[in-house]
Amino acid sequence: MTEAPALHITGLSKRFGEALALDDVALSVRRGEVHGLLGSNGSGKSTLIKVLAGFHSPEPGAEIRLYGRSVPLPIPGASVRALGLAFVHQHLGLIPSLSVTENLRLGDLATRHAWRIDWRTEHTRAAEVFARYGLALDPRAEVARLSPVQQALLAIVRAVEDLRGASAEPGVLVLDEPTPFLPRAGVDQLFSLVRACVEEGASVVFVSHDVDEVREITDRATILRDGRLIDTVVTAETSHDAFVERIVGRSLAAYGGAGKRLEGADQPLVEVEALSGPGLPGPVSLHLRPGEILGLTGLIGAGYDAVPALLYGARRATAGRLRLAGRGLPAAAMEPPEALARGIVYLPADRLGAAGVGSLPVGENVGLPVLTRLKRAFGLLDRDISAHAARLGAELGVKPNAPAMPLAALSGGNAQKALLAKWLQLEPRLMLLDEPTQGVDVGARQDIWDALDRAAQGGTAILIGSTDYEQLAQLCHRVLVFARGRVVTELTGAALSKDSIAEACFRSTTLPAAA
Amino acid sequence: MSNSQIETYEARIAALEHRLRAFEGRLAPPVSRTPVTEYAERYGLLVAWGLLILLLGWYRPDQMFAWNSYATMFGSTAMIVVLTLGLIIPLTTGDFDLSVASTMGLSSMLIAYWNVRMGWGIEQAILMALVVGAVIGAINALFILWFGIHSLIVTLGTGYFLNGVILWVSNSGPISGVSMDLVRAVILTRFLGIPLSFWYAVTLTAVIWYVFQHTALGRRLLFVGRGREVARLSGVNVVQVRAGALIASGTIAALAGVIYTGMRGAADPSSALAFLLPAFAAAFLGSTTLYPGRFNAPGAFVAVFFLSTGIMGLNFLGVPSFVQNLFYGGGLVVAVSISQLIRKRRPMD
Repeated sequence: MTEAPALHITGLSKRFGEALALDDVALSVRRGEVHGLLGSNGSGKSTLIKVLAGFHSPEPGAEIRLYGRSVPLPIPGASVRALGLAFVHQHLGLIPSLSVTENLRLGDLATRHAWRIDWRTEHTRAAEVFARYGLALDPRAEVARLSPVQQALLAIVRAVEDLRGASAEPGVLVLDEPTPFLPRAGVDQLFSLVRACVEEGASVVFVSHDVDEVREITDRATILRDGRLIDTVVTAETSHDAFVERIVGRSLAAYGGAGKRLEGADQPLVEVEALSGPGLPGPVSLHLRPGEILGLTGLIGAGYDAVPALLYGARRATAGRLRLAGRGLPAAAMEPPEALARGIVYLPADRLGAAGVGSLPVGENVGLPVLTRLKRAFGLLDRDISAHAARLGAELGVKPNAPAMPLAALSGGNAQKALLAKWLQLEPRLMLLDEPTQGVDVGARQDIWDALDRAAQGGTAILIGSTDYEQLAQLCHRVLVFARGRVVTELTGAALSKDSIAEACFRSTTLPAAA
Repeated sequence: MSNSQIETYEARIAALEHRLRAFEGRLAPPVSRTPVTEYAERYGLLVAWGLLILLLGWYRPDQMFAWNSYATMFGSTAMIVVLTLGLIIPLTTGDFDLSVASTMGLSSMLIAYWNVRMGWGIEQAILMALVVGAVIGAINALFILWFGIHSLIVTLGTGYFLNGVILWVSNSGPISGVSMDLVRAVILTRFLGIPLSFWYAVTLTAVIWYVFQHTALGRRLLFVGRGREVARLSGVNVVQVRAGALIASGTIAALAGVIYTGMRGAADPSSALAFLLPAFAAAFLGSTTLYPGRFNAPGAFVAVFFLSTGIMGLNFLGVPSFVQNLFYGGGLVVAVSISQLIRKRRPMD
């Protein structure tokens, strides 16, 4: 091939403090090619995308060329489109209350000064665009009324059309995890659109967790692991297993079981039967013994992350039963007050949106569930609330341990410790956690693990939803791997390690769902 | 390196980590704000009130430094205090209640109507007026919570609707001749030289201060207002708390109507509506003081009298009455701007 490739990256590194998120990565996308970008969490693929979008500036020494022309670094975020790059992220960036045409022409309408917009012409033009890609979209429909698939298709068409308008070259379209929440039929539609775009001359970078989808749609694929380029392979010549091996990075023999052994009690404390609900097609059944730490994981869209919220009643389950210490009730009837009364607590991942109030003092955030306990004859006193929070804060190592400070003033890790203290003080029987150490520094991470270990030793059953495989391997007695809303693999004892979890997640898409 | 060497090093690292943790624990929390600014924020409005009195007293010492001026003003402003106290309850839970002034007007008119035209006993008329206030709060709650409409829209509508009811009940004219028992109980009887209405306001301020500051319910109100999802996931019944707050504000607004009727022995169809803005101005100005960043009862109390002192002084200076509007309207915007400045320093949701 004599023509310069559509996108050519060499020597790309990116450092965050101590950690090297990208280490001398190279990537080359040919003209009219669908190129897969694969890797697990923390492999550096989202950092790479963010460098391309102009969010991060790379370390010196990197070079990025588009159609042979060198691109200034850091990439000016405002003009990526003129350079020939367009992005469709999982959050599609559509305005639901506007029409299809308005969304399609959004960039133009927002920046062009036109006194008069002829809507009839605009609608006709939009219909022509959709016809060219073989899509049946009504230009006059409100975007909110479109199905998730149609919305994704619209976002992709918009990105490609914007590229045609803004740059002389056909351009490179980056699809950043577009599929996890789409049904299988929708994925097929999306893939035929991708092929149509390629026929128009565009190149596509397809970022995904899903090995099967990458094998289906891409011509070649690049695999990243721990910030390093592992391999660029021709898809047709690479087996599913070869992909998984490159993503996970060692052969099965190297597994050393990190899984902790659970002593005592065989009788389950918590039994969940046939749970399903929004975000979890299900049905999912699981059980926990007293003092057991159970991890739930899977790829994005696998549904494991919905389980804690459904069990607590934060979101309403559609089916299933929960039995705790012999007393059962339908999961659909669960409400937070009911859960609390039964000794179930829930720490959501959205730290300052759902777990605690940033503008209020740490003390009040910690004291909220036990206010009636802190009362003395005269009533509640700020002094008592602060003293109580300071005592708990010292136990968990909240720094600075100053209950009068607003929660938002603490670092992520310390805020999380304070919120953990809020629930641990109730000595719960079942603790539900959603990504408990997301955005938490290394030291605080260890403190949080220690606190959870102590609680488990005290007999609390702990359920953790997370994609942090290392955390799951370190902390859990047992890990359940989800795919398409079902449990597909159970890992325990010697079979439980960071790598075995990753392997199970990436293999999960081809395995039949366990009953 | 042999195993024993590694163990020695690990032990030393552990010891160092232990000391490091001990040091970190002893570190004082970062002082983000000096105590002086903290004080200035907390007591700024009280100081401003004093300065305002001195400034106006410079021009009109005989009136501004006369106890009687204040005794009268305290008595006649009491219903604004009560109205503001009602308003800060839904404001704390994150809902606006624009219908409070209309509720107060309706309560006043209904008492006069039932007592004068229908010949009901005054106690019965007052009780029924309070029930009507609670019902109005419940209707607001129904539309805000059941239908999920923004509180600004709902209470703007119900407020206007109530204005119509007032005109209908009163036939668009004032009703006078309300039982002297009420007038005596509100304005004619004095304690320490100040009409009883003031002491009612003081009592209600104390009650709401206690609820906000010293009960679990008060903290739950605050969490509901600042983080609905946080409150819900912490087991607070958010719908019940918000509905309760709206019903409380309706009932307290009706109580303000009782005091307003007692002050004048009569009711008129329109004058109560003019108190909506003063109540909002005082609620927001009050949220900048004493417990800065939170709607609070003593702050609201001080704010009402700060604004009233200013208006009284301007009246003494012979300034035309439209200045009232300038003062209240300007006061609201300035108060909200100040509270925004406070919020900037303390991150809010």
